Amino acid sequence: MTRKLLTRRSFLHVGTTAAIAGVGYAGYRAMSAPGFLGVLESAEYATLNAQRALLSGQPLAREFSPSDMSPVFKANGTTMPGGVVYQEFLANNFSSWRLRVDGLVANPMSLSMAELKRAPQRTQITRHDCVEGWSAIGKWTGVPLGHILEQAQLAPNARYVVFHCLDDVYEDSGRYYESVDLFDAFHPQTILAHSMNDQALPVAHGAPLRLRVERQLGYKHAKYLTRIEVVDSYKNVAQGNGGFWEDRGYEWYAGI
Amino acid sequence: MTEIATPDNDVAAPAPREIVYRHRVVTRVTHWVNALCFTLLLMSGLQILNAHPALYWGQFGADNDTAFIEFFAARPDGRDGELKGFTRVGPVTFETTGLFGVSNDSDGDVRVIAMPGWATIPTNRDLATGRRWHFFFAWLFVINGAVAVGASVLNGHLRRDLLPEKRELRPRHILGDIWNHARLRLPKGDEAKRYNVLQKVSYLGVGLLLLMMIMTGLTMSPGINASAPWMLDLFGGRQSARTIHFLAASATVAFVVVHLAMVLLAGPINEIRSMITGRFVVPPENKS
Repeated sequence: MTRKLLTRRSFLHVGTTAAIAGVGYAGYRAMSAPGFLGVLESAEYATLNAQRALLSGQPLAREFSPSDMSPVFKANGTTMPGGVVYQEFLANNFSSWRLRVDGLVANPMSLSMAELKRAPQRTQITRHDCVEGWSAIGKWTGVPLGHILEQAQLAPNARYVVFHCLDDVYEDSGRYYESVDLFDAFHPQTILAHSMNDQALPVAHGAPLRLRVERQLGYKHAKYLTRIEVVDSYKNVAQGNGGFWEDRGYEWYAGI
Repeated sequence: MTEIATPDNDVAAPAPREIVYRHRVVTRVTHWVNALCFTLLLMSGLQILNAHPALYWGQFGADNDTAFIEFFAARPDGRDGELKGFTRVGPVTFETTGLFGVSNDSDGDVRVIAMPGWATIPTNRDLATGRRWHFFFAWLFVINGAVAVGASVLNGHLRRDLLPEKRELRPRHILGDIWNHARLRLPKGDEAKRYNVLQKVSYLGVGLLLLMMIMTGLTMSPGINASAPWMLDLFGGRQSARTIHFLAASATVAFVVVHLAMVLLAGPINEIRSMITGRFVVPPENKS
């Protein structure tokens, strides 16, 4: 009778259970290893390539009617930049503020708000999607980024546009920044907005100028712009991931 | 080893064991990949929900708009009262302390968070990493689902095993099957070799739920919105899609609970083995 304790069948059962447990444990260990996050990050390139194929005709993000707008548009991230520089701009109503456009351009520029408003304008009522999950619909007016880049005349090796901002998100965090590639930079709805809901852009929403890049999530829409830098790679900017939140683990491509 | 008697020979009345090959390899592999993906998508999805634990209907929705479902913490007994967790669905609010709204972390400390740490990937609040897990396994889930559906159409699994026959859809047959399940009288003999109508409807239904989750997930993407704006109209807006995504995930969890209960009732070793090796011991007909 004792020999029957380990029959072939029960041996197989024990063996199978042990094998499943072993595979499960090995899987758990592998997924906890630091290198696994790198494997997970590969999904971002699949998403980028798939969406770029779907967006190759450069369709517009949906535009809404005034009756669709959020009664209150939530402000997120920095809502009042600290620091002497910004407070000085605020005191003089941004009359001394200018937007620098430099980097890989033949014609570096320094633009005042009056000059930006004399350029061609575009108004759009669009939905803003935060990475946290909420959405708000608002009306934006500004200069198409593509127009500014054409004026600046890109060098042949230009690949990305880096947006430098005036705000620290928290103490000693370093300044906010973002970047987009030329595919999104030249999209007709990618604008440098100075007005929101028919008013001058409020401080909480990025006064005096913010980016709208409508087919991506909210953290790409850099506020408090001070400088636009054209580069061939963003590896040398800050921690090298292309943006403030990208340096903290978020995807550079925020189309989902 | 082979000379030793199998346990069946110990049984007093040795009925011949009838073993059928129940699941093809593609069914078994896609089943387990799907189970893994759904578990990881659910847990990373709850991590993402923690970043804004409120669900709305319509195109937009944020702090100042009325949520349909929300998870929150409050001190109902005043400022010095105990911190409690709540879940509100429409007009009804439930106290859910310990699970939703307020829960304890692994050190036993009280934490204000919508979903408890044991249910999320990672355990701590980390939206960026939760998103990495979610979108990686979303890709695997979609590829695996496409293989499963494609194979089921091509090899006849869908037509032969899953689509109910006309006679099975008669109300009398369905009610009879419900009555048998309610009494926990599970099919035996030849009837156990094929899916009963409740199984067929459940498996097809969960397939539709998973498809719905993929579609509503894509409808939350501003990039997909620009290339396929019809999806916004189909679900009534991005925030509606987000709410349906959550409800479909919840319904799938309910399916999994019933599915696992049925596996336990029907004989867990035989059922699980049939989904690993493909071989299924047909439960003998009752003699009584």
